Amino acid sequence: MPESETPASETPEPGAAGPAGADEPERRGRRLAIGEGPGRLLVLVYGVFTVAAASRSLYQLIAQYEEAPLAYVLSAVSALVYAFITVSLVRGGEGARQAALLCCAAELVGVLTVGTWTLVEPSAFPDATVWSDYGMGYLFIPIFLPVTGLLWLRRAQRA
Amino acid sequence: MFDALTWAVSLTALALAAWCGHAAYLDQPTKDWHFIGMAVVTVLALAQLVIGIVRLAQGDKPDDSTTVFVAYLIGSACAIPAVGFMSLSERTRWGSVTVAAGAVVLAVLEVRLWDVWEGGHA
Repeated sequence: MPESETPASETPEPGAAGPAGADEPERRGRRLAIGEGPGRLLVLVYGVFTVAAASRSLYQLIAQYEEAPLAYVLSAVSALVYAFITVSLVRGGEGARQAALLCCAAELVGVLTVGTWTLVEPSAFPDATVWSDYGMGYLFIPIFLPVTGLLWLRRAQRA
Repeated sequence: MFDALTWAVSLTALALAAWCGHAAYLDQPTKDWHFIGMAVVTVLALAQLVIGIVRLAQGDKPDDSTTVFVAYLIGSACAIPAVGFMSLSERTRWGSVTVAAGAVVLAVLEVRLWDVWEGGHA
């Protein structure tokens, strides 16, 4: 027992003290890093949605535009919003943070509007958009994503 | 061969997601061993890309359009390298979370790839 305790208590000490002590002053001095830490995960998810929405709408607009023009154009709009937020998160800084905040709010309004629209008037949508039924085709991630983004960007301001 | 690779990529991707998720739980960044794991999954995904294109060249037709099929193949091959690089510049637990999330995305892409390849006649 005492033998196994010694290395166990030894290892965490320098590991815990090192990064924590070195991190704090460095973080305070740096400009807002909205694309780091948890923000890195947001960059990934927004990046994935940018690629998914953009490739999907581009393909549909080119290959089958007549089938459901409104749905495909709305998908393209969502792709633009996702792309803008991804770029803002990667660029960082206060300006980008505020721009991303605005876009996340627009994204939320968009998901709610399109989600409600598709439920109220399904005849207008022969084919689905990324935001149809509040993003059901994408495991409802489109509705949680802007909320998470808004919370993260607000928190990043105080940091 | 193609179906076997789809299974192999899906299962190794989920294993990688669990492994990196565990690392994140332990508050660890991605380590060398994780990158070896990512390399294994990426090699499988690249093999799938090659086999998929060979099958197309042999005259096999995917259930959905060929363009969509190739797009999913390329996306699958790029997923893990992309998150690998993201975790290289994020040396915290969040780098591990990112790789885990990317691996889950790859598993989802494989399900879609399965649909696109033989959705109708499977």
